[in-house]
Formats: sequence, structure tokens, C-alpha cells
Amino acid sequence: MTDVTTTTGVVAGLDDEPTGVQPGKAEPPGTTPETASPASPGRAWGRWPVAVSVSIIAALWLVPTLGLLVTSFRPRELVDSSGWWTVFAHLGDGSQWTLQNYRDVLDAGGFGNSFLNSLAVTVPATVLPITIAAFAAYAFTWMEFPGRQVLFAAVVGLMVVPLQMSLIPILQLYTSGFRVAGIPIIPDLNLNGTLLAVWLAHTGFGLPLATYMLRNYIGSLPRSLIESAKVDGAGHFTTFTRLVLPLSTPILASFAIFQFLWVWNDLLVALVFLGGEPDVRVVTQALRELNGSRGQAWHLLTAGAFVSMVLPLVVFFSLQRYFVSGLTAGAVKE
Amino acid sequence: MSNQLLQVIIALVVGVGGIWLLYWGADRLVNMLPLRAATALRPWVFVGPALLLLTVYLVYPAINTIVLSFRDRRGQGWVGFDNYVDIFSDENGRLAIRNSIAWVVVVPVLAVAIGLAFAVLADKLGRRTEAAAKSVIFLPMAISFVGASIVWRFIYNFRPEGFGEQTGLLNAIWQGLGNNPVAWLLSEPWNNLYLMVIMIWLYTGFAMVVLSSAIKSLPGEVLEAARVDGATEWQMFWRIVLPMISSTVMVVLTTILIIVWKVFDIVFVMTGGEFGTTIVAERMITEFFTFRNQGRGAAFAVLLFVAVLPFMTLNIRRFRAQEEMR
Repeated sequence: MTDVTTTTGVVAGLDDEPTGVQPGKAEPPGTTPETASPASPGRAWGRWPVAVSVSIIAALWLVPTLGLLVTSFRPRELVDSSGWWTVFAHLGDGSQWTLQNYRDVLDAGGFGNSFLNSLAVTVPATVLPITIAAFAAYAFTWMEFPGRQVLFAAVVGLMVVPLQMSLIPILQLYTSGFRVAGIPIIPDLNLNGTLLAVWLAHTGFGLPLATYMLRNYIGSLPRSLIESAKVDGAGHFTTFTRLVLPLSTPILASFAIFQFLWVWNDLLVALVFLGGEPDVRVVTQALRELNGSRGQAWHLLTAGAFVSMVLPLVVFFSLQRYFVSGLTAGAVKE
Repeated sequence: MSNQLLQVIIALVVGVGGIWLLYWGADRLVNMLPLRAATALRPWVFVGPALLLLTVYLVYPAINTIVLSFRDRRGQGWVGFDNYVDIFSDENGRLAIRNSIAWVVVVPVLAVAIGLAFAVLADKLGRRTEAAAKSVIFLPMAISFVGASIVWRFIYNFRPEGFGEQTGLLNAIWQGLGNNPVAWLLSEPWNNLYLMVIMIWLYTGFAMVVLSSAIKSLPGEVLEAARVDGATEWQMFWRIVLPMISSTVMVVLTTILIIVWKVFDIVFVMTGGEFGTTIVAERMITEFFTFRNQGRGAAFAVLLFVAVLPFMTLNIRRFRAQEEMR
């Protein structure tokens, strides 16, 4: 995914043909024909200037990741003694390359298990905030109730509460409940160390941003559309699930990918609420162990970073086609 | 392993399915009520779960933090406004505030500008090419902060002359041009900018993805009509596309601003806040967890959310305007 062909692919694949673009990157064929720009690409701009500027930005963005990728395939001594770009001077030299870093990372105790754990944490921690935020965003936009504006303002305002400051109070809540003057308001739930504890924490922390982004999008759906559903006798629940949710696919997909990434790459929340025991360890924790037991092992860290990137990238590529919904294109934004 | 897999699958079904069952069931229950009661109650079925979770996970800790910011370093005795006075009278505290302001001006603006330009330009390419190009910009988002700091070590790394080959790309290029190697992360005040570049590199993908989906949902007829009328691409961008997606631009700008305002990892890992690179969020963590000064750490946290209030007011106004326009 990060080799030089990608940048050349940007230029070579100009003519809508899959040539020059790796199959993994391309969208599945036969989806959303609307995605292709309806007008001839850049009538006034010309194709080449556009292609060249896109390639330049893409190349700049790719260089750091390329360094990471190359380093992950280099033996330790070389990582410490010469720059990663020097490999291009002797590409054919086998002593410059090794798969040992990846072997070490994958063999390290329970990496497969930690992948499953990460998945069990991440999927519900992505679906829950989106679902809850979508219901709330719909209510904030299309339902009448006292305090609607004030409550929404409060929700958005909560975006700024730093996650790190919430960890200790929540931990206390999980382990010993909440009492006002000795009377238990929230009982001692003993949630700590359970998946539910992590899901709910990620959901709580992700909700303000999700509600904010979804409210912005759902608010831009035309009133006439919602009204007509009402005229047809649809209740709020039906309007929401059958009309508003499908119409909001692009924003749901966008937010889903980001929430997925944040949770997948999170170390702190998992560490605090799930603990660091080997059987519940998530990928980021496994990576940290890798580094912790061997000092600044850059060659291992780079390989580990790539292994942990695989799933997020798969999610990104599979969600990419939903970023543009066939329904919304040309029908919704006012 | 298979046992583990089974557990994971059960967890997924319960976690994902449970929430839908909850809303569906609650809506059913409300339906059984008389019409007036149902109408009054239904909005709370929709917003209730969100409000409940927010109260527990954010409001309660926020109040806790505000109270703590008026207490001493062990979080026990009351000290009034001492922690706040300390922040503003301390040279490091003032530097953190100045640096943080620079971060929230530079990073969101550049990330959104580059992301928007890229989304617009890539939109003019073929579908597959566009997908490939966008993936490249998005790629850094998939890297954790710790991963990102490793990546950028291979860019910024510094070795004094005569201490071996440079392993940082920037110094290799710099030396190739005939200069002496530079300790990029130690050279004040520009090291702040070098750290910001990392954040821009990470978050341009976020801006690009959200803005691109806004651009793609613009009605094709409007753009086509403008083209027929002979508008140039440049005019179309400034007069049609940008005004039509302005609300999304605002959302993305605000979101990145808040993320940047709260982010501490990059500074924490790369320089530890030394060499004049300290920022408010990093101070908060350092005071609270490294120096174990709970009161001061909490005061920095309160500073974080007070500073963003004006932006929030601005956003609320915009949402009101959006409602009136409908």
C-alpha cells in the first residue's frame, strides 16, 4: 500500500482505467457510478496540472509512511546506522532486507489473541456511539421538546472535556459506585475489567463529536422530505430508520471509520478499564509490551505499527464507497 | 483460541444488537401510551440514552475536575484561585498558552486548506485514481500517535557531524545541500512548527474525507448549469462549491481545532514539552500524572474547556440560523 507505484499510479491511472492502480486500493467495480465526476474532468483546468498537483501532495504525504514501511523490513543494525532511503541505492542486495522483524512481532506472545480482543472492543465501541448519536441528532433536528437548544449546546460543549481527566472519576465509579451523603445513587457495579466498561467509556467519549457531526448532516436534509414521510403516515421511528439513516450513509460511514481508528489506536482507555492481563490485552498494549521488553526497538515497532494498521485500512477501503451515497448525490444538499 | 473467538462473536452480537433492541422496545412501549403522553415522551426515548451516557462519562468528571482545580496538589485542602494564579504567573504556563494558541490557529487552517484543495482536485480525476490518491492522504489516520512519532523520528532525527550517518531524512537532505546538520526539535521557536507538521500530516486525511463527501453530495444540476453558463472551475469553486459546503467546512475546522487543543501525545512523546514546546494539554498531563499535582493539572484542564466556549457559541448560532432557513 505504500510503495512508489502508488504515486505513479496517480498519474498513470488518469483515464478511468484500473491500470497502474493496485487492485487493493480500487473500489469494488460496479458501484455508485455517480462517483465519477459527471463533467469531463477539468475542462478548464486541464488534466495534467490537476494530476501533477495531486501527485505532489500525495508524494509528500507518502514519504514518512514509506520510511516506516522500509524500516520495518531492515535489520536492526542497519536501522541504527544508516538512513532508510539508502536502501534504494542497493535494492537488489539481499542483506539489506529481512522479514525477521515481522516474525518477531507475530511470534511475540498472544498477538493473535490481542487482535481478537481489539476487534471485540472496537466494533461495538464504534456502532454504539453512532447509533446513540444518530437517534439524538434526529431528535435534536426534527422533534420538538423543551430545552432542545440548550441541551444540544451542552452536548457540543462537552466535546472539549479532555478524556484523560475523565478516567479517574469513571474508574472510581466502576469500582465503588457513587454516593451522595452515604446514600448510593449508582451502586457498586464492579464493571471494571469487563468489555461493557470499555464500550460504554468509548461511547461516552465519542458521543459529543458524533452528535455534532450527525446533527450538522441530518439538519441539512430538506424539511419537505421529512414532512412527506409524515404525511404518508410514518412515525418518527420509521422515518428515522427508513429515511434519515439511509440518507445519512456518507456521514455515518465517515464517522464510523474515524471512531474505529480512534478506538483501535487507543491505549489509555483499554489500559485503565480493561487492564493489561495477557488474556484481555488489545493490539496497542501488545505493541507496547514489545517495546517495553526490548527498549527502543525501532525495527520491531515499525513492523508492529504496520501489522496493527492492516485492519483499519481494510475498514477504510471497504467503507470508502459509502462515503457517497447514491441516494444523496444530487438529491439532498440544499 | 476458538473459545476466544466465540466470546468475541457473542460480545459483538450482544453489544451491537442490544442497543437496537433497546430503542425499538422503548419506542414500542411509548406507542402504547395515550397520544399526548406518547408525543411528549418520544423525544426523550431518542435523546435519553445519549444524555444519560454523557452525564456519567463527561458531565460528572468535568464537575469533578472543576472542583479539583480549586484544591491543593493532593486534591484535599481548598486553595481558592491559587492554581490559576500560578498558571498565569509561571513563565512555563504562559508559554504553554501561547504555544497552544499557535497550534489551534496553524494546524486546523492548514489541515482544512490542504484537505479541501486535495478533495476538490482529486474529484476531477477518474474514480479509481481518485480513490487511490485519497487513500494516500488518509493513510496517516490509520497510524496511532505512538506510531506517528516513530515515523517522524526518521524525518527529524539529528546526529552531530562526525557522529555517524544521518538517519533523519531532513538532515540528510540538508547536509546534501551543503549545510551542517540541524537539531530540528531543539531549535526554538521553529521546533513548535515542526511538531505541528506532524499533526497536520495526521489530520488532513480527516478534513479531506469529510469535505470530499460534502462535495460529492452537491447537486449535479447546479454545477452543470454553472458550467453551461461558462463559469471557470476557479469561479465555480469560490462562488458555488465553497458557499454550499461552508457549514461542513465550519464543522471540520471546529472539530480539528478541538482535537488539536486537547492533543498532548505528539509533544509528550517527541520533546516531553522541553525546549519551549510545552502546550496546555501536555502541561495538564505532566502536572497531573508526572508531578502528581492534581489541583494544577485540573486547572489546566479547566482552562482547556473554558477557552473553547466562544467557538461553541459560534457553532450554536450557526445551527440556529440553519434551522431558520429551513
